[in-house]
Amino acid sequence: MTAVAEIMDYDEVLERFDPVLGLEVHVELSTDTKMFCGCPNFFGSDPNTQVCPVCLGMPGALPVVNGKAVESAIRIGLALNCEVAEQCRFARKNYFYPDMPKNFQTSQYDEPIVFEGHLDVVLDDGETFRVGIERAHMEEDTGKSLHVGGADGRIHGAEHSLLDYNRAGVPLIEIVTKPITGAGHRAPEVARAYVTALRDLLRSMHVSDVRMDQGSLRCDANVSLSPKGSGEFGTRTETKNVNSLRSVERAVRYEMRRHAAVLASGGEIVQETRHFDESTASTSSGRPKETAEDYRYFPEPDLVPIAPSQEWVEQLRTTLPELPWQRRRRVQQDWQLSDEELRDLVNAGALDLVAATVDAGASPAEARSWWVAYLSQQANERGVDLASLPITPEQVARVVELVGEGTLTHKLARQVVDGVLAGKGDPDEVVAAEGIEVVSDDSALQSAIDEALAAQPDVADKIRGGKVQAAGAIVGAVMKATQGQADAKRVRELVLASCGQE
Amino acid sequence: MPTISRDEVAHLAGLARLAVTEAELDTFAGQLDDILDSVAKVNEVAAEDIPPTSHAVPLTNVFREDVVRPGLSREQALANAPATEENRFRVPRILSEEA
Repeated sequence: MTAVAEIMDYDEVLERFDPVLGLEVHVELSTDTKMFCGCPNFFGSDPNTQVCPVCLGMPGALPVVNGKAVESAIRIGLALNCEVAEQCRFARKNYFYPDMPKNFQTSQYDEPIVFEGHLDVVLDDGETFRVGIERAHMEEDTGKSLHVGGADGRIHGAEHSLLDYNRAGVPLIEIVTKPITGAGHRAPEVARAYVTALRDLLRSMHVSDVRMDQGSLRCDANVSLSPKGSGEFGTRTETKNVNSLRSVERAVRYEMRRHAAVLASGGEIVQETRHFDESTASTSSGRPKETAEDYRYFPEPDLVPIAPSQEWVEQLRTTLPELPWQRRRRVQQDWQLSDEELRDLVNAGALDLVAATVDAGASPAEARSWWVAYLSQQANERGVDLASLPITPEQVARVVELVGEGTLTHKLARQVVDGVLAGKGDPDEVVAAEGIEVVSDDSALQSAIDEALAAQPDVADKIRGGKVQAAGAIVGAVMKATQGQADAKRVRELVLASCGQE
Repeated sequence: MPTISRDEVAHLAGLARLAVTEAELDTFAGQLDDILDSVAKVNEVAAEDIPPTSHAVPLTNVFREDVVRPGLSREQALANAPATEENRFRVPRILSEEA
C-alpha cells in the first residue's frame, strides 16, 4: 500500500506558495441518442443493450454527428460567454484502453467548438470571482469497466475486467478553465463554487442531468503551487474521481498541502494523475500523465468539419433560458430580498425550489420560510441535499394554501409536511389519512372549553372578573385537549365569550 | 530533411503496442524517414493562402437527427467476443494503467 503522504499545515502552505488551479469538467449531454450513432443515451440499462457497430468500433462502421449535441455545445459556449468557432473539426485521440473499443476517442484537439469565455462564480460570502474559460469541446464518453478480483473494485490486483459499452459514445462536453490564479486561501472554495455554478447553469439549460453521483458531471482538478511572488507555475497533478462538490474542495485542499510538503522538503512533484479517495479525503498516485504528443491526435477522416453560421449561432442564443445569475437578480428584486437573504437562499440550495414553490402559487415569504427553515433542518437531519428531500415545490405550495384557507394551523402544517416526507402521499392525502384538520366546529370546541373551565375554576373566576390575560391558560388546555388541531384564535374568542368578556 | 531516431520509433511502437525487434527499429526508422520526406514535399507547394484541409470533399455540417435507431441485441453484440462474463466483455487485466 502507498505510504501516507506528508502534508503541510494549510496556513503555512499559503505563507510560502500561491496555488494555481485548472479545472476540467466533463458533462454528459442528456440527448436522446449517442454522439455518433442512434443508440439510446439512457443511464442504468442492462449491460451492452445500448450498442451498435459504430459505438462498438466494428470495422467499416461510420459515425454521423448528432446535431442536437452540437447545438447543446454551442449553447453551453454562449452561456459561458465564449466565442464560437467559425469552423472546427473532430480529431482522433489515440490510446489503448479496453473502455475505448475503437482504440481511439473521437474528440476535438486544436479546434474546439467554443473558446475564450468566463463564468462569474459567487463565493459563500457573496463575493464574485471570475473564472476564465479556455475552451469547451465535444467528445464521446467511454465504456464502463468493472474490475474483478482486486480489492474494492479497483484496478490494482484485479484479475480481469468486464466491459459494458452502453456509455461508450455518449455525448460529452469537456469544459476547461484557464489557469485560476489569485484565489489564495480561497482556492479550494473557488473550485467548489465554480463546479457548483457550472452545474446550476447546465441544469437551468436542460442540457444535462448534471448528477455527480451518477457521473453525468465529473471534475478533474489540476493543482500546482507557485513559490510566493515568483509568478512561475509549478508542476501540476490532475486529481480524478472527484465525485461530489464537497470532494472538489477537499481534493484541491489536500493536493495543495501535499505539494507544499514535497516542495518544502526539496522534492519534485511528479506530473501524474491522482485518484481521490472519498473516505480519507486524500489522493493516491495513478498513472503518469501522457503528453499530448503521445496521443497522436489527427483530424478525424470520417467526419466532415462543423461550420456554424452566424445565423445559426444567433438563433441558438435566443434559445438560452433565464440563466442562474439573471434569475438571482430578478428574484432579489421581485421578492425584495437583501443581499444576505439572497445569499442564504443560494447557499441553502433553495433558490430554485423556492421559485418553483412561488410558481406553484405560494407567496415568496411563505415559500422561503418553509425551505430555508423547516425543510433545511429536515434535510440536515437526513444528511441529504434540500433538493433530494422527498417533497416537491408543488406539495409545499399546497400546504401553504391549506394554511391560508384556514384548513391547517402552522403546527398542523408541519405534521402534514412530515407525512409527505414519510412517503404518505400528497398533502391532501395526508390530511385525509391522518384526520389532520383544524377543529373549527364551535360545538366541539365549546365542550372542550367547558371542561377546561371546570377543571380550573380559579382561572375561570379570574377571567370572569375581567383578567382576560388569564385566558391563555384555558386556551392552552383546550389546544392540548384537541392535540393542537384547534384554531387558537377562535378558541380564545370562545373562552372569553363563555366568561362573559366580549 | 526530417530524420526520425530509433528511440522515437521505439517510443511510437510502445504507444501502438507493437513488439518491434532491434533490427526492425533500423528498418522502420529508414522507411518512416522516406514517408516524412514525401510529406514534407507538400509543404513546398502549400502557400499561405491555402488553409489546411482534412477532407477532399467540400462538405460541412453533416448531422443526424437525435432519434433512436435500433442497434444490436446484447447477444449479437457479445457473439464474437473472445470471452464474456455477466453480460459484459471480459478482458485480461490491465497492468500499470488507470483510466
